[in-house]
Amino acid sequence: MEISYEDKKDCKVMTGKMALPNHYFAGRLGSKFIIALRDENKILGVKCEKCDKVFVPPREYCERCMSKLDECWVELSNEGVITNYTVVNYNDKHLPRRAPYILALIKVDGADTPFPHIVEGIDVEDVEVGMKVKAVFAEETTNTIRDLDHFEPV
Amino acid sequence: MAKKNRNVGIIGIGQTEYSSHKEHQNQAEMVNEAVRYALEDANITLDDIDCVVHGNMELFEMVFQPDMWHSLGSGAYGKDQFRITTGGTTGASLVCAADNLVASGMYDVVMAIGMEKLQEGHTTGGITNMADPLWFRHLQTGALTATTATMMMEEFGEERAKKAAMKYRILMDKHACLNPRAHRRFGLEYDQADDLMNTSPQLVGELRLIHMCSQSDGACVMILASEKKAKKMCKTPVWIRDHITVHREETFNNFGIEMPEMTHHYAARKLFERNGIKDPVEYFDVFEMYDPSAWWGLDWAREFLLLKDDEHIKLLEDGEFDLDGKLPINPSGGVTASNPIGATAMLRPAEAAMQLRGDAGPQQIKKKVKHALASGFGGTLWSVLMMLEKDLDWQEVENG
Repeated sequence: MEISYEDKKDCKVMTGKMALPNHYFAGRLGSKFIIALRDENKILGVKCEKCDKVFVPPREYCERCMSKLDECWVELSNEGVITNYTVVNYNDKHLPRRAPYILALIKVDGADTPFPHIVEGIDVEDVEVGMKVKAVFAEETTNTIRDLDHFEPV
Repeated sequence: MAKKNRNVGIIGIGQTEYSSHKEHQNQAEMVNEAVRYALEDANITLDDIDCVVHGNMELFEMVFQPDMWHSLGSGAYGKDQFRITTGGTTGASLVCAADNLVASGMYDVVMAIGMEKLQEGHTTGGITNMADPLWFRHLQTGALTATTATMMMEEFGEERAKKAAMKYRILMDKHACLNPRAHRRFGLEYDQADDLMNTSPQLVGELRLIHMCSQSDGACVMILASEKKAKKMCKTPVWIRDHITVHREETFNNFGIEMPEMTHHYAARKLFERNGIKDPVEYFDVFEMYDPSAWWGLDWAREFLLLKDDEHIKLLEDGEFDLDGKLPINPSGGVTASNPIGATAMLRPAEAAMQLRGDAGPQQIKKKVKHALASGFGGTLWSVLMMLEKDLDWQEVENG
């Protein structure tokens, strides 16, 4: 049998767009984290005493030892250090900033886990691991993690 | 059928309650609730688990790689984990896979997790994408179909068929009312049947809203172990005797007017043949069936139990599917009561196993339960059928 890859005449292509509307129930812990961020500009974590680890974002159970953490809130600093980073160099509709911008992992003081966020106020060439940064909060709330607008060097 | 390399027992079962929405938990937290119940039930810790199999419906919560995402709650950190997603059959496929993984000797203790948070997604939107974009996607009606209702009314007359479907629905609700975890517990009475037949909103043809399954949130977890470990770890392991999975093509090609053998019938015929089950109604003490609607539940009882003509309707009319009948169907209330889809087909063997252990709770069958049947359903009549046993005393069938 011979297959011709050249002849594509009358080969129909169906164009579709999947509609997948959805919600996300943040749960009690996720909700409390966002509310504290929004209303008090505070970053909250939870501490596992057994593993001596502070998790941010918070979680209901320690995934290592299964200890219940939902009452073990700790208030963390709005300052921290960059533990790693990358520079986003392309533009697309879903991205939160125009390229180039810095996306970094930031470990706030008092936490054991870093979380990702945008770093501004510094040239993309000058960013480095270990750099001290502080949180800058959004002027208008979106009820999301973007209520923390970005971090900038201390 | 190749002989099993070694026997596999169910040693732990955990379920959340089922409800239309769970604002207080995110997905990983909901999974974690069921994981903790299962570990408690088995009286073991995460350290005893060698491998995790995880499943839910593709696209339903709009989460890509939920197995990875849920590891915050599943306890899969540092363990082998597989994701299985086979539509409605997912929950049953998870148990089959866990059984295969243990029976093969690859792992001694496997934890299977089925979950769904239907409130977070759009069920029919997800299901509609199953259909072929060229021929069917613009025409089909998701999971809703009236074909069975029409066929049953043709075969048994409109009045008897409608009455039987409604009796089945009310029976399921009566069972659900006993089950503290069931999602929909209406408290229906048989004297409401005529009213419901006329007033419940029509979805497609004679499939009415009251006939149809719920959309639920919830998770189910089962822990399976090798015979040696199961006997050591658990006082009342339930044994997985055999299971069969039957899939078919997405489109229904009916040649002429002759119906092809239904997947459920094919699955039952093959499974019973190789296990020497001559009369399933006599043999089994409980049947937990994946019944997405009352019409399907009743019709499929005929297919799964290899019944002829109106035998299934007679059994229903005579109360033989009731909790104190000859073969109780869905003491849990079944799928019309609770339907967290990725977990739904796992609830069937889970609830059946609890009946065998004798600790199913208020929906426990009073007479002795030794042999259980559980089914899963998904896609275009995909079928999974599983046999569970209280004791390890069945006879292997030669050339079975």
